[in-house]
Amino acid sequence: MSLELRGITKTFGALVANDSIDLRVETGEIHAILGENGAGKSTLMNIVYGLVAPDSGEILVDEVLKKISEPSDALASGIGMVHQHFMLVPVFTVAENIVLGHEKTGFAGRLDLNEARERIKKVSDQFNFNVNPDDLIEGLPVGVQQRVEIIRALIYDAKVLILDEPTAVLTPQETNDLLKIMQELKAQGTSIIFITHKLREVKAVADRITIIRRGKVVGNASPDASQNELASLMVGREVELAPERGAHEIGSDVLVVSDLSILDITGRALVSKVNFSVKAGEVLAIAGVQGNGQSEVARAMVNLEPLVQGSITLDGEEIVGKSVRESLHAGIAFVPESRELDGLIGSMSIAENLMLDLHDLPPYARGVQLFPAIVLSQAERQREEFDIRLQSVSDPISSLSGGNKQKVVLARELSRPVKLLVASQPTRGLDVGSIEFVHKRILEERDSGRAVLLFSTELDEVLALADRIAVMYRGEILSIVPAGVSAQELGLLMAGVVNA
Amino acid sequence: MNSLSAAERRRRRSLYIMAVLAVLSTLVFGLLQKRGQVVTYGFVLDKEWVLIQQWVINSRTAALLFGLIAIAASTVAFLQFRAGKTIGIASAFGAAGIMMSFLSWAAAGKFIPFTGLLQGALLLSVPLIFGSMAGVLSERSGVVNIAIEGQLLAGAFVSGVVASLTHSTFWGLVVAPFAGCLISTLLAIFAINFAIDQIILGFVLNVLVYGLTDFLYKKLLIPYQATWNSGPTLAAIKIPVLWKIPLIGPILFDQSIIVYLMYGVVFLISFSLFKTKWGLRTRAVGEHPTAADSVGIKVNRLRFMNVMIAGMVAGLGGAYFTVGGVGAFNKEMTAGKGFIALAALIFGRWTPWGAVSAALLFGFADNLQSVLGIIGTPIPSEFMLMVPYLVTVVAVTGFVGRVRAPAADGTPYKRGESH
Amino acid sequence: MHKLLSKRPSLRALTLPGLAFLLAMFFGALLIAFSDSTVLKHIGHPLAFLKAAGVAVWQSYLALFEGSVYNPSLATPHDALLSWYPLSETLVTAAPLMLAGLSVALAFRAGLFNIGAQGQFIFGSIAASYVGFHFHLPLGVHLIAAVLAAVVAGALWGGLVGLLKARTGAHEVIVTIMLNYVALYFLMWLLGTTRFLRPGRRDPISPDVLTSARMPLLAGSNYRVNLGIFVALAAATFVWWLLTRSTWGFRFRAVGANSAAAKTAGISVPFVMTSVMAISGALAGLGGAVHVLGSDFSLTSGTAGNFGFDAITVALLGRAKPMGVVFASILFGALRAGGGTMQANTSTPIDIVLVIQALVVLFIAAPSVVKWVFRLKNVKTTGELAAKGWNG
Repeated sequence: MSLELRGITKTFGALVANDSIDLRVETGEIHAILGENGAGKSTLMNIVYGLVAPDSGEILVDEVLKKISEPSDALASGIGMVHQHFMLVPVFTVAENIVLGHEKTGFAGRLDLNEARERIKKVSDQFNFNVNPDDLIEGLPVGVQQRVEIIRALIYDAKVLILDEPTAVLTPQETNDLLKIMQELKAQGTSIIFITHKLREVKAVADRITIIRRGKVVGNASPDASQNELASLMVGREVELAPERGAHEIGSDVLVVSDLSILDITGRALVSKVNFSVKAGEVLAIAGVQGNGQSEVARAMVNLEPLVQGSITLDGEEIVGKSVRESLHAGIAFVPESRELDGLIGSMSIAENLMLDLHDLPPYARGVQLFPAIVLSQAERQREEFDIRLQSVSDPISSLSGGNKQKVVLARELSRPVKLLVASQPTRGLDVGSIEFVHKRILEERDSGRAVLLFSTELDEVLALADRIAVMYRGEILSIVPAGVSAQELGLLMAGVVNA
Repeated sequence: MNSLSAAERRRRRSLYIMAVLAVLSTLVFGLLQKRGQVVTYGFVLDKEWVLIQQWVINSRTAALLFGLIAIAASTVAFLQFRAGKTIGIASAFGAAGIMMSFLSWAAAGKFIPFTGLLQGALLLSVPLIFGSMAGVLSERSGVVNIAIEGQLLAGAFVSGVVASLTHSTFWGLVVAPFAGCLISTLLAIFAINFAIDQIILGFVLNVLVYGLTDFLYKKLLIPYQATWNSGPTLAAIKIPVLWKIPLIGPILFDQSIIVYLMYGVVFLISFSLFKTKWGLRTRAVGEHPTAADSVGIKVNRLRFMNVMIAGMVAGLGGAYFTVGGVGAFNKEMTAGKGFIALAALIFGRWTPWGAVSAALLFGFADNLQSVLGIIGTPIPSEFMLMVPYLVTVVAVTGFVGRVRAPAADGTPYKRGESH
Repeated sequence: MHKLLSKRPSLRALTLPGLAFLLAMFFGALLIAFSDSTVLKHIGHPLAFLKAAGVAVWQSYLALFEGSVYNPSLATPHDALLSWYPLSETLVTAAPLMLAGLSVALAFRAGLFNIGAQGQFIFGSIAASYVGFHFHLPLGVHLIAAVLAAVVAGALWGGLVGLLKARTGAHEVIVTIMLNYVALYFLMWLLGTTRFLRPGRRDPISPDVLTSARMPLLAGSNYRVNLGIFVALAAATFVWWLLTRSTWGFRFRAVGANSAAAKTAGISVPFVMTSVMAISGALAGLGGAVHVLGSDFSLTSGTAGNFGFDAITVALLGRAKPMGVVFASILFGALRAGGGTMQANTSTPIDIVLVIQALVVLFIAAPSVVKWVFRLKNVKTTGELAAKGWNG
């Protein structure tokens, strides 16, 4: 089945998310749509899937004009989608999730899941998915959950399958499996739209590549194009995929973590007996696929995790058991994984967000008395230093772009005397310009003799910044390797393979 | 690795608590009780109310006996838990043993009309059960329903007035659901279409219904009582054969039509919620509305409909106060029952049967309090009245396990604003 | 905080609440007209109907005004000022309402919905009245002791909610609803005990508070208006300072807006929850003290009346801002005070006040309704009342 988009335009207020986009996907091809975060890929796909109504434009399936204003229209036209955030109800079983919206009923309106179970088993066997229809979703690994989404699309006869950033949550091993599955689907005549910003995967699997930048199609490429060519098209200028790495002095141990275990509230170990250390002037990156315990380790550095065993010392001073505030004031700067949820208070002003941690100390306050005028003047100063683009420091923080928000977090965290910078996914969701700023700043901190502990799921980021790399897998550190390691080797480690 | 799931740990903890309570009641109510007093339990078996069987027993012996039963039941429950079997029946026996041990102590030297105690408990539970079913319907689909109280009161008021004006319990019964529905429709419009905080909204709607009914009560129902507020009441109907079952027959099957409608509502909701297409969709929009939307389910339409049905259920429950009870409407006659229904919903973990059990428990506590108040006991009735509220506080503090609402409960859904 | 420094026209901020109030009064008028038997007699004749309705509504609302602000018929040849007596009644009702409203508003700003002002108010009343009737202390000291006892009692009862939320995540709405009943039954039990029951009485009523513990009257013995209103205004100023000029208030607002981010920045969320609920409870408890020591003097099972619940509508109408609460509580105090007169002099029951209150808050919460009715365009509405569920 072929799919054609003509002149799709969608604006959100002043933002033009899609600017008259044309796209054609042929029967049985894997068509990659490549673009930065915020380029408008997801909006476009949500339009195709009926979740967002376009301002103008047409969608044609097999050369026939279709009106798609609801997801059910898309499904009826043979368009299926595997969403970036899975559309599965966690407390339902696989079968319940798959029948949802297409239920078959028997006597007295009773749900009948048997047919669905059969079909799930059939598809699962066909592709070796190993999915049991009666398992609860919340107990399944993300890779398997994704297969459930694929099964759903196949069961409802999707001839065009949209995969929205499908590899973001997968291990390299699972990613390889997925790429194979995509090839098989293609062989059976399914067209696939593959949304991604990962160049390597595009080159591995795509038949054709369409590149989107700022809501516009800026070009097509073949998978033979080099990664640098693709990156330049995606960003709109020449980019250095790796920042320049100057020589720098490495000092003595600043952070020493020994036998660190982290438990969840039910007492299950999320992280078990982890050991590592970071020296002054060194970047230690902790790599791994999301959900292998890195987030918890990062949070444990400032005692945000409630159940921790083992020891964390900063310049010999024990951190475990301190309050969050004491940990921060001991000399740790902490950039949390989620800016929006943990880093910033959306409805408070930029100025207030810049002093959240220091609000009860001079010069902002004396005793319990707070000085609003000083809050503003200090904010003006920080705004200049970090080049934060804003109208007024008393505007709410939610008025800023992602990159500027991250600058506010960095500015706040580096305004204390800092020995160690802990940065968790510091560039997630940022545009390339902001990524460069953040990377530069991290390396500056390193060069000025601070220890840096970087948590990242992005291989490229890890390879670009780290002096040493620790790989976490299922709550343990499998291995700590020097910076020169190859991407392949790192990928295998992230999949839990030690001696490859 | 020896890892119990969170649910298993919770169950184990409640088992420990039950065992401790069983031992304590054996000690306190049994061993420490003064000797030489008897307690008399009166039962209605299968004939008319006048035929009462009496069971006279030394109250210390009885308290000991029931305490030991509770200890035995706890042990059995623990062994079954270890073996991975279900523990429902054993824990029910344990709880009943503790209760009876307490009762044998509290009523030492007195007469307890046992059948009446249970029947009264059921009657006091009726509005709670209707209310909590309204809560299930609404909250399972993702709309917090604090306005149960208002829906009950509206149902009570309108059914009382209509029954009085038409001299017909039938019409009183028919309009009650629509009165509740009117309130819940307001809830739905403001919560779903205007995305207002549902807790605040529910609170305000309760105030509104209180205000309206108080106002009309004073302005119309008192001055023109003969026409406006002297409605007939429903008669009890004996279900052939069933009502003759010993002990439970007279309790369950000699009731007015509202109680039978309640049985129907409970069975229908518990079946539909877990076994039908509607139920699957309802739970989906309450847990993960974005997922439901992505497979073509009209999230807000389904929520709207369910909230309206919830209002109808609560409104019918409201009729129980007037046509199902005293006939005449009285100012604020629901007296916070809607909030206890909310407590039952939460204590019952948002499941229909859980809510029913909690409502029965609260109804029992309420009736026990009034029975003990009449015969006179060591415990002030005010403390017995606190029981449902304290139990709910304990429940939400997670002492016997964390109570988790449906994931999207209280969150308005707007397409494109996914989490 | 910066907004307070800038010169925003405050009239604009009053537009929405003002129109919401008008709209609610309009619906109230409809209710009065359509439930009045003399009005309904003319239903077949539109003009006569309108006239009768107008008379009924005018009489009711006039009585409302005369009962709450100014009533010339109360003036005596000796004292013309007595016609302002209703204003004194309004302030007497407004004082406890203001304090309870501040309690709810403060908790709101920290992201907590304190439905428990009623229970905290009850505990405040109990403590104040006990100290007031049981102990014999010097003038001045006695009043301060009684007030402090109420503050502590309210703080403990409120702080408990915060502590439970902080420690176990128990939702404050559920806990406070339940604790209100517990407080009420506790009060009823107390009134049955010999320590609290007034000698010679069998109905539940406590002894009167001794004169040494009563709030001084402000305008002589003809008027009930007392120090309580100044206590409430002082509390409003304190809450304003707390929220905008203190580190504690900053923490409260930070936790209220995003507790995860506040925690990440080193603010102790459990401490904030407990302390804000304790302060909130203290304010409601103080309300109980002002009520018992200022105008009621004895404790009954109905002591708290509807103060704790009206407080919620006050806080919502005042948009959880101290100044807003001051105005809202005086407005609702006036409705309450005038409602009594209206019920006595016309056929309109006081309960219409509840309806008006509920509608005002509903319209405030749903500004789109008001905007639609009045065809407004440029009134700014904030999302303070955005939805959160049980899990949030």
